[in-house]
Amino acid sequence: MKPTLKQSMFRWLDDRLDIQPLVDMMDHKKVPIHSHTVWYYMGGVTLFLFMVQVFTGILLLMYYRPGEESAFESMQFILTEVKFGWLFRNVHAWSANLMVLFAFIHMFSVVFTRAFTTPRELTWVSGFILLLLAMFFGFSGYLLPWNELAFFATKVGTDIVGAVPLVGEQLKVIIRGGEDVTGATLSRFFGLHVAILPAITFLILSFHLLLVQRQGISEPRHFKALAEEKKRYMSFFPDFVLRDALLWLIINIIVLSLAVFYPWELGLKADALASAPMGIKPEWYFMFMFQTLKVIPPHVWFIEGETFGILLFGGAALLWMAVPFARFRGKQIVDSKWITILGIFTITYMVVLTITGYL
Amino acid sequence: MKYGRREFINTLLGAGGIGGLASILYPVFQFLVPPEVTEPQVSSLKVGAVGDFPVNSSKIVRFGRVPVILIRSDRDTFKALAATCTHLDCIVQYNQARKQIICACHNGVYDLSGKNISGPPPKPLAVYSVSIVDDQVMITQEKDLA
Repeated sequence: MKPTLKQSMFRWLDDRLDIQPLVDMMDHKKVPIHSHTVWYYMGGVTLFLFMVQVFTGILLLMYYRPGEESAFESMQFILTEVKFGWLFRNVHAWSANLMVLFAFIHMFSVVFTRAFTTPRELTWVSGFILLLLAMFFGFSGYLLPWNELAFFATKVGTDIVGAVPLVGEQLKVIIRGGEDVTGATLSRFFGLHVAILPAITFLILSFHLLLVQRQGISEPRHFKALAEEKKRYMSFFPDFVLRDALLWLIINIIVLSLAVFYPWELGLKADALASAPMGIKPEWYFMFMFQTLKVIPPHVWFIEGETFGILLFGGAALLWMAVPFARFRGKQIVDSKWITILGIFTITYMVVLTITGYL
Repeated sequence: MKYGRREFINTLLGAGGIGGLASILYPVFQFLVPPEVTEPQVSSLKVGAVGDFPVNSSKIVRFGRVPVILIRSDRDTFKALAATCTHLDCIVQYNQARKQIICACHNGVYDLSGKNISGPPPKPLAVYSVSIVDDQVMITQEKDLA
């Protein structure tokens, strides 16, 4: 029988790229069905929102002009003159926030389902670095409109870097491009936001996704304990992929609705001689740290409050990243109930401090 | 362990590789450190006539590279202090009702002498001296409490 066009095309590609093993892998890949299957979609949603960011970010680049005298003005131009400029800017802003939110949800779901146990420690580490990168993306992108809130958020954020022992001051000057937050800072943040961070993210994201493909989807303990005949699976392709696509569509509709009905204000242009406005707040995902810095006294023992704060959060982040490697009497402690308690404590701390920040 | 020709070449290549990497990283690092910008040294600044500043008001002015807050707390009292919060670099403001200097970023509070009295600021604000010459308000760098 004569092969169809599709078969011929596949044969042509397979002869050159040996793609049959990939197709076989996709055919055999399966997703466990259990009460926590919903959490498997969170990483995909985060990835989808990242793709939205790349797409809208590239579009905004066509009109955005970094610089003390041009950044704010170009944002005004995008919002008021460019056709659908308001839409792409608002989608970019909303999608950024949702991306960080879903990255957090994805991370905590991994903690509670113990998906970071051996052999997935490196998936966890790369995922956590991706979350930090998402926050850096948010922080660097926040300054780009060069408005009042962004200006002070950047002053505070970069000044915190100055509190890092030994290298802090030098690092602060490098990040700011000088002693103060100026147009030089804006240029650097622009470079970070559109070139350096995307390049690093691309590498780490590729590694993260490669690990997910190599190791397959994690099965929680209660599922592993089931008898083989009681375990239910769906095929990754097309069943899971189609469900993923449907969720992405729903998320897309949510982002568009938020962009249309709750647009982000541009605010006032940054002024280095204006006082910080009352009620100034950082982005919600930095709020718990912001609130903590508010309550840390000027000096803790012999350490300055801000240095203590940065050591506290830096140490906590390192410990959090190292949880899958922790051993107690030769065993991974990830099976311990303490991990659940730690997860609940972390979420409670973050949520309570975030809410109090908005009250 | 035998240290033969192969090991010697490997060491040489390794050292060469590290040297090569350093020869790239060093200029990159130096490139990222912004050059020092020399600015004219300002030792005093004329900010306006006495009448330009209503009683119980403030104005932030640039003293060289540094923002300074000038406060006229009552008819005869002018104070000038560094306007940058000693906590995390925000620009402070004068609260007319409380007659205090506050930082909106993390609720830092200073009194009118620049002393940090509550909240997270670890140090007082630097003080500048104010003089009236021919009805003009002059700010002069005097002492740095920080």
